[in-house]
Amino acid sequence: MTVKTKTKSSESDSSKRMLLYREALNEALKEEMKRDSTVFLMGEGIAERGGSYKVTVDLLKEFGPERVIDTPIAEASFVGAGVGAAITGMRPVVEILFIDFTLLTLDQVINQAAKYNFMTGGIGKVPLVLRTQGGVGNGLAAQHSQSLEAIFYHIPGLRVVMPSSPYDAKGLLKTAIRADDPVVFIEHKLLYMNEGHVPQDDYTIDFGKADIKRTGSDVTLVAWSNMVPKSLAAAEKLAQQGIDVEVVDPRTLNPLDKKTILDSVRKTEHVVIVQEAIRRGGIASDIASIIQQQAFDYLDAPIEIVAGINTPIPFNLNLEKLSVPQVNDIIEAVKRVL
Amino acid sequence: MYEKDFLKQLFHKIYTIRIFETECIKLYRQGLIRGYFHPYVGEEATAVGVCSALAEDDYIISTHRGHGHCIARGAQIDRMVAELLGKKTGYCSGLGGSMHIADVQAGNLGANGIVGGGIPIGVGAALGISIRKEKKVVAIFFSDGAANNGVFAESLNLAAIWNLPAIFLLENNHYAVSTPIEQSSRNQNLYERATGYGVHALAVDGNNVIEVFEQTKDARQMCIKGKGPVLIEAKTYRHGGHHVNDPGAYMPKDRLDYFKSKDPVTIAKKHLKEQGKMSESEIEKIEKEVETTMERAIDFAKESPELSFAEFNQMVMGY
Repeated sequence: MTVKTKTKSSESDSSKRMLLYREALNEALKEEMKRDSTVFLMGEGIAERGGSYKVTVDLLKEFGPERVIDTPIAEASFVGAGVGAAITGMRPVVEILFIDFTLLTLDQVINQAAKYNFMTGGIGKVPLVLRTQGGVGNGLAAQHSQSLEAIFYHIPGLRVVMPSSPYDAKGLLKTAIRADDPVVFIEHKLLYMNEGHVPQDDYTIDFGKADIKRTGSDVTLVAWSNMVPKSLAAAEKLAQQGIDVEVVDPRTLNPLDKKTILDSVRKTEHVVIVQEAIRRGGIASDIASIIQQQAFDYLDAPIEIVAGINTPIPFNLNLEKLSVPQVNDIIEAVKRVL
Repeated sequence: MYEKDFLKQLFHKIYTIRIFETECIKLYRQGLIRGYFHPYVGEEATAVGVCSALAEDDYIISTHRGHGHCIARGAQIDRMVAELLGKKTGYCSGLGGSMHIADVQAGNLGANGIVGGGIPIGVGAALGISIRKEKKVVAIFFSDGAANNGVFAESLNLAAIWNLPAIFLLENNHYAVSTPIEQSSRNQNLYERATGYGVHALAVDGNNVIEVFEQTKDARQMCIKGKGPVLIEAKTYRHGGHHVNDPGAYMPKDRLDYFKSKDPVTIAKKHLKEQGKMSESEIEKIEKEVETTMERAIDFAKESPELSFAEFNQMVMGY
């Protein structure tokens, strides 16, 4: 069995239109801004400059400075302004350059945005998208490389979305913009230049719907964001050794598609969860607890977690690599559970 | 000169806030209201002066000391008492309570448990107005305590560079919890901070409802003409401690006496007598009416059901 038939063809067939991850995000923003005049963008250097990772490139030209707004370096207040605009009828997409900087905004995200609907007895809506990017990437060191999704995953009232492919990036961002809840939309700095098939149509991807990125029968790999391409690479190598790996990408962590994960585990009876974030207090541990509680009888081996080690991200390139999961770490973990 | 009806309306609102607070403090002491309760007693003229100068579809954003703002904005006090009692008929189904009371449909975007937390949210509401090119404003209530929080500076700057229709309503009641302003700000004319951001700013006697009304009316006009934001510092004083359980022993008696001599209720009553030519008995009639409405509000709240656990679960399931 070749890898090509195992990995989803819709995303790898080169006869179809291919876009970079950042281009797919750009297209989602453009389509949603055209569709709905209440959608607007705010962030640092997103207008003329088009964003550090070029996600908002050319949108200023098309939609003007009233809807593509450059902000001062004042994260707490412009995220707060996003909350205020959202509760009064707008659909702001606020960009925070690095997920590390979201820490400056946590009052507005956690105390305000996440709780507003609840505190108003379900009346107030907060259709706010907080776009940001995380993860390691070429020596950006301790304050520009973190994987902080667990912070947001922990908070009731927030949606946490982490697309791994250009196709998912477009469909999920469009869903995020149309959602009435605050969404923390976390991109990965090493994914922006990845290419994949992205249809020109106006499609959305429902939250809480995992995607099986590769079907297999021996072991389930649960991975998201940049750990998906790494898991697929590991699966390919394992296939050569006769090990048939299924890769499940939850795509949205809250809501989490428990059913798809559990169905896969019940089928393969072995599971490895891969996250770039450090292991302690992480989402992988939570998913493991769900699996052991709901599919314990199906497991043939203890659940393995491959995660970052408990450290801030080092600047030194070799140490940086050793701090977060690599393809070989995933391969070894799969072999341990089989 | 002002119309009698207008002066009557101002007094009615101020007196409603006073009675709401004093009666709810009784309910608190009876154990019927739980949690934190930050009374607005002594500051009523600020909320009423500001909200009376706003249009129906303007927005306000409030603070943890927010009952006054809510009433001034036109909330029904029966649903407010119900919220404070944690009842389903309350503005937030009893899930928000005193510190999170909001009346979103009436443009009251809500109180806030985080000092300063509402300021950028108010700026965002003003940004939305500006993008939609509407002729509306946002009154952002915050306190002298919040003026020392970083988001105040950031938010003022955002509103300034984007010329937003926002009135920053700094309620200087001279205390940040228990810390007097002398210990937290070298320059106690806090409005002067706004000048550094290029924002038109002024101070007003926060206990004089007419003065607050006039300045807010002007500020609103400036905002509508695209000359916003404006910052108004309303100088006022709490008549008690930070919350009901804080006796405020740290508040110097002479100063408290001074501000009590400038009680917003007394001043509003004076306006009504002198400018409105209203007799003492007519005023007493208004007072009686307010007190009766409050009694009914308390009965309504007491008799109201609570949200069931099943209803609660249904609501939070997706969180």
